[in-house]
Amino acid sequence: MEMIIKRGAEAEIILSEWMGRKVIIKRRVKKGYRIDEIDKELRMQRTKKEALLMAEARKAGASVPIIYDINLSDMTITMQYLEGRRVKDCIDEMEGREQRGICEKIGEGIASIHRNGIVHGDITTSNIIIHMGKTYFIDFGLGEKSSEREKQGVDLHLLMEAFKAAHENEELFNWVFDSYEKNFEEASEVIKKVEEIAERGRYVVRG
Amino acid sequence: MICLGIEGTAHTVGIGIVRDKPFEILSNVSSMYRPAAGGIHPRDAANHHASVFTDILKKSLDEANIGFGNIDLIGFSIGPGLGPCLRTAATAARALALYLGKPIMGVNHCIAHLEIGRAVTGADDPVLLYVSGGNTQVIAFMNGKYRVFGETLDIGIGNCLDKFGREVGMPFPAGPRIEEMAKRGKKYVPLPYSVKGMDVSFSGILTAAMHAMERERIEDVCFSMQETCFSMLTEVTERAMAHTEKAEVLLGGGVASNRRLQEMVRKMAEERGAKFYCPPGKVLVDNGAMIAWTAILMKKSGMEMGIEDTSIKQNFRTDEVDVKWR
Repeated sequence: MEMIIKRGAEAEIILSEWMGRKVIIKRRVKKGYRIDEIDKELRMQRTKKEALLMAEARKAGASVPIIYDINLSDMTITMQYLEGRRVKDCIDEMEGREQRGICEKIGEGIASIHRNGIVHGDITTSNIIIHMGKTYFIDFGLGEKSSEREKQGVDLHLLMEAFKAAHENEELFNWVFDSYEKNFEEASEVIKKVEEIAERGRYVVRG
Repeated sequence: MICLGIEGTAHTVGIGIVRDKPFEILSNVSSMYRPAAGGIHPRDAANHHASVFTDILKKSLDEANIGFGNIDLIGFSIGPGLGPCLRTAATAARALALYLGKPIMGVNHCIAHLEIGRAVTGADDPVLLYVSGGNTQVIAFMNGKYRVFGETLDIGIGNCLDKFGREVGMPFPAGPRIEEMAKRGKKYVPLPYSVKGMDVSFSGILTAAMHAMERERIEDVCFSMQETCFSMLTEVTERAMAHTEKAEVLLGGGVASNRRLQEMVRKMAEERGAKFYCPPGKVLVDNGAMIAWTAILMKKSGMEMGIEDTSIKQNFRTDEVDVKWR
């Protein structure tokens, strides 16, 4: 059984079976628009790095799917299937209290990966899945091993932009921030960076 | 309704005349400031705009074959852009509006690129890849506003190409020359591929490309620069399309005139079963017609602006605009 459940920007997400269990296979597909030299290198690097980061983030205590297999000839990672919904799809329907709980878990999760020297690189509300009450981070494809404040700041800034761009409740991100601060000693430095990054963005009105 | 639109955010001053029913661009005349050396000097650019203004105004009216009496609305680019250029266009717009006794409307330049693209190509709800000298943004409509899903974290793509061109002795704008050179490139020289989520950055590529010039052929460096930068832009555009679940992509801005970039975005759209739209060159670059058309949309949605509301906004963000016409 193999069923494509999502065609993302860079990979196909396939629902399949592996050793008798339901799994997700993430396959990085060839992009016809870019030359082979760029395409192959990007897909290979990203597949390797993603698998490594997922394993390390899990070790750090964040909720991340378990990896079962990695195959660099067809650029696939086989991982645990999570029955659940993306934060992007369900956060707007929730009650304020429930929203707050989810946002706090997101902040806590980001804090634990940052504390352990990992940045995700693409934290949007599409890349967080709620499964059995936990917030799972998926798609570490653009992540890296780094403890640079700048990169941690970009992580938070990106999530803030994703919240602002697609979700109504403007409180959501403050809850994420608050819990991030509670769970990461150096959070205040990162938050300072976020402000810097936001200002650096083009055409921000400086008041 | 017939609107005269004035564009003047950077190197180009343009006057376009647009009629809404049926939609037609009656004229679209512009003049571009080309610095003798170096990059755009805002004051010099503004002086250029002022000195050619009456000339292109006359040309625009002649081409449209109408007189001042036929004009119902004056539109102008209120921002974002270079202060002196914006002030020159705004002053001209105020003078015309007062002289003719017609309403005035200040238009966001980035959104104007998107709206004229929709009007001339028939795209309905696209993700716009807007690439010019100073601007590099991925914009889409969501919850009543045009929102920026991705953008450059440092310099605009056009700025990156122009700076490279200046260093290797190409005249401004360097994009077309780099495109020509790149066609003769054979070898890919690895350059830093810098995508952060849906954002991109170009300053590292610029530095690496300058270093590569010490040991590689210029054709190969141009080729590699285009391939790297445009792959990044295409990738973040695709990411925004996946994120917003939109099935149309539209190009805008001067850099979108590049055939290689068009080809890449078209291919990306094809592969994901989406529709690709690219307006013809004259409305792709900065022009007055896009300002005129967006002013009409704003006016017809019930928006009003008095002379006192026409102060320019150099840092006018795309997502600040309340989009009442959609």
